[in-house]
Amino acid sequence: MKKPLIRIRDGRSVRLSLFAILLGLLAGAVLILTIGGNPFVSYWHMFRGGLMDLSRIGTALASATNLVLTGLSVAFAFRTGLFNIGAAGQMLAGAMTVTAIGLSIPVGALPRPFVLLLMVLAAGLAGALWGVVPGLLKAKFNVHEVVTCIMMNWIAYNLVSWLIPAYFASNLPSETPLIPKEHLLRTGWMASIFGDNEYINYGFFISLLMMVVVGFILNRTTLGYELKAVGFNRHAAEYAGIRVNRSMVLSMAVSGLLAGLAGATYYAGYANKLVVGTLPAQGFDGIAISLIGANTPTGVFLTALFFGILHTGKGFMNAMTDTPPEIADTIIATIVYFAATSILIERYGKVAAKWWKDRKGRKTPAGTAKGGAD
Amino acid sequence: MEPIVEMIGIRKEFPGIVANDDVNLQLLKGEIHAVLGENGAGKSTLMSILFGLYQPEAGRILVRGREVRIQNPNVANDLKIGMVHQHFKLVHNFTVTENIILGLEPMVGLGALDTKKAAARIREMSTRYGLNVDPDARIEEITVGMQQRVEILKMLYRNAEILIFDEPTSVLTPQEIHELMGILKGLVREGRSILLITHKLKEIKEVADRCTVLRRGRVVGTVTVADTTEARMAEMMVGRKVSFAVDKAPAKPGAVTLEIRNLSVMGNRKVLGLRDFSLEVRKGEIVGVAGVDGNGQAELVEALTGMRRAESGQVLLNGTDITADSVRQRIRKGIAHIPEDRHKHGLVLDYSLEDNMILELYDQPPFARRGLLDREAIRPYAEKILSDFDVRSGKGVDSNARDLSGGNQQKAIVGREIELDPEVLIAVQPTRGLDVGAIEYIHRRLVEQRDGGKAVLLVSLELDEIQNLSDRIAVLFRGERMGLLEASATDENEIGLLMAGVQGKGGAA
Ligand SMILES: Nc1ncnc2c1ncn2[C@@H]1O[C@H](COP(=O)(O)OP(=O)(O)OP(=O)(O)O)[C@@H](O)[C@H]1O
Ligand SMILES: [Mg+2]
Repeated sequence: MKKPLIRIRDGRSVRLSLFAILLGLLAGAVLILTIGGNPFVSYWHMFRGGLMDLSRIGTALASATNLVLTGLSVAFAFRTGLFNIGAAGQMLAGAMTVTAIGLSIPVGALPRPFVLLLMVLAAGLAGALWGVVPGLLKAKFNVHEVVTCIMMNWIAYNLVSWLIPAYFASNLPSETPLIPKEHLLRTGWMASIFGDNEYINYGFFISLLMMVVVGFILNRTTLGYELKAVGFNRHAAEYAGIRVNRSMVLSMAVSGLLAGLAGATYYAGYANKLVVGTLPAQGFDGIAISLIGANTPTGVFLTALFFGILHTGKGFMNAMTDTPPEIADTIIATIVYFAATSILIERYGKVAAKWWKDRKGRKTPAGTAKGGAD
Repeated sequence: MEPIVEMIGIRKEFPGIVANDDVNLQLLKGEIHAVLGENGAGKSTLMSILFGLYQPEAGRILVRGREVRIQNPNVANDLKIGMVHQHFKLVHNFTVTENIILGLEPMVGLGALDTKKAAARIREMSTRYGLNVDPDARIEEITVGMQQRVEILKMLYRNAEILIFDEPTSVLTPQEIHELMGILKGLVREGRSILLITHKLKEIKEVADRCTVLRRGRVVGTVTVADTTEARMAEMMVGRKVSFAVDKAPAKPGAVTLEIRNLSVMGNRKVLGLRDFSLEVRKGEIVGVAGVDGNGQAELVEALTGMRRAESGQVLLNGTDITADSVRQRIRKGIAHIPEDRHKHGLVLDYSLEDNMILELYDQPPFARRGLLDREAIRPYAEKILSDFDVRSGKGVDSNARDLSGGNQQKAIVGREIELDPEVLIAVQPTRGLDVGAIEYIHRRLVEQRDGGKAVLLVSLELDEIQNLSDRIAVLFRGERMGLLEASATDENEIGLLMAGVQGKGGAA
């Protein structure tokens, strides 16, 4: 019997994720109510804003593209027991690479497919490099990857702040000129399918491909077996002769590569220039998406689609109602919050449920007082 | 004596398996009641139901004559029921005191002051029951035996009167077992009642008043211990006669397979845990390593398997130096290892049994080709191990290792390692937590391994096991080899003295 290539998550975690999303929407509704809005109307417009016509669907897909990749990045590391909080920095590493290549090569000097391929591969490599550093430091010196990932985020951030004014400034010192459209992942035929949408790009196929590749690595390959074994129980992995340190470095490299690709799809697809002074939010959204998606490729993909719709629809909601777009951000944050909590509940669920039952139970029966205090 | 606990018609199902089926159990006030049964018979499940960890599908529980519903351990706590689990549940970087008062009211609010008071009370209780526990020590710093006494204190601190012990002795040294038996007797003398799960019939004979025997989830019967024999209890539990002596022909040792030369290894406390240790294990023999726990066994085993670096000395396998080899290289060259700690090293608990059975072979043909796992090859291989070693689980190879009973987890590991048919099998406490029937089988397989011309290094804390199986016996004391004895020409006394560091006549054998 073969294991399916991509496993749909078991019923339990699907319910858990849906529950988290529902709670998030509910909490958002309460927020909308408190500022005097009508949650039904607001949500109606928000989802319409993300799905109303082909063009908006295109934008939602384009926005989801980046999130799929950062979500996969975080999820991949999680499966090896590592917390990659550095997807934002890895994205920026990819962003610097695509921007440099896209602006430096004169349009028409090289065939377009070649340039695009080069950009994507280079961005992936740059992201991998950014991911490998925390992996190596963890393997060699046991420095916690969260600390180094955050440091790598700021290194990327500051590198951008220095590189752009120094080498790639436009009229504005704080941003690059626009990458010529020949060197963007955008393409006419996709745009025309989605009602002249300007965001949708080849990146969507990259994200689909990566979803399949990550699922394949995790479920079918010996590499995936090793990485997951390390993630579940590194002592047992060591006992079995699995090179734990090598696994951690490798896992961070793949994880960084995925985030680096997100840098390409975002900065040379969804957007077309690099601006100083931001760490891309997608890097952090990836954490939430990975959590809600239960660290599985399909889960991540579906969750990212949902987030893409929310991000796309919030502007429309704002235009049609008095609900400010920040509410959408708050809702997303709330969903993240509830998702994280429900993951904790899943893990410590029995304890929590018992505690809750016990609190209720304690009042009724003539239970003897506990002998704790004397 | 009146019953303090009555469990009537208890039924509990897990996916694919009925763990308890119409089970009746009566615990009298002031008795030690043993629960005996094969691995996977449902003992832990039954006790977990009484402690509120599982809800039964059917059946009633009466405590002190009143029907109760034990929805969770807090209710059990209120009913003065306490439990020491098969695998302890202590927080490792907390102190003893913090662990004991964890979850009790005085922690809220004026933490510091109450901790002091609690520590004083714990110290007082520890002296009263002869538990010898330091309230300020951190769990990670203390021995397994002391951790268990912390679990006992935890129950006593909560004034538990009904005490459940799930295989308390499987992790203890013989000395600690002896102490524990004394503690148990002291506790019932005070009027407490004890449910004791153990696979060791000797212990049941020593302390228990009555014994309930389970087989495949059902009660076979309850007997008065004084009126029955160990053999009778074993037969009730397995359903056939069990032979306790290992049946083996004299060894026909061949060439040296494993040679350990002047090996010194650093222990955890940054002092040498093993000093200048030499030993040869030949093809076709079982060499036992006896010693009180913590006298260098772990250092020896880890240095042999490559999990720990040797400070000096050499390890040779069939004449080639493997001292610098990695764990993986050694496995490939034919060293297999049944680890002491099945949860830490032996299994990836969140992997299926199928995946656990190829833990060392996952990247080797036929299980993998060009980096891809071949499930069609893996599955029958795993199924064969599970059926050969009678590993019982609800969903066969698809069960998560976590969902197996402790003994079945152990059988799976032992099966996996023997199936490798290694040049040298390093077996550390191979039968820890196994029922007598399973022990008999594993012992037979180890002897078969020997008779097939392979070398076996047996590290065990149980002198019986060492004596029954070994052809030669090395005794460790404070990291040094105190003696090397011919198994047929020695006895418990001589080994015991060497284990205690008294130099005997045991030179080279
Ligand atoms: N959480 C669980 N999920 C699924 N099956 C379980 C679970 N817990 C126990 N089982 C199954 O129920 C059966 C009884 O298990 P239990 O742990 O009670 O055995 P036991 O008598 O304590 O055995 P041992 O002597 O090996 O500890 C086993 O077959 C086990 O696989
Ligand atoms: Mg058990």
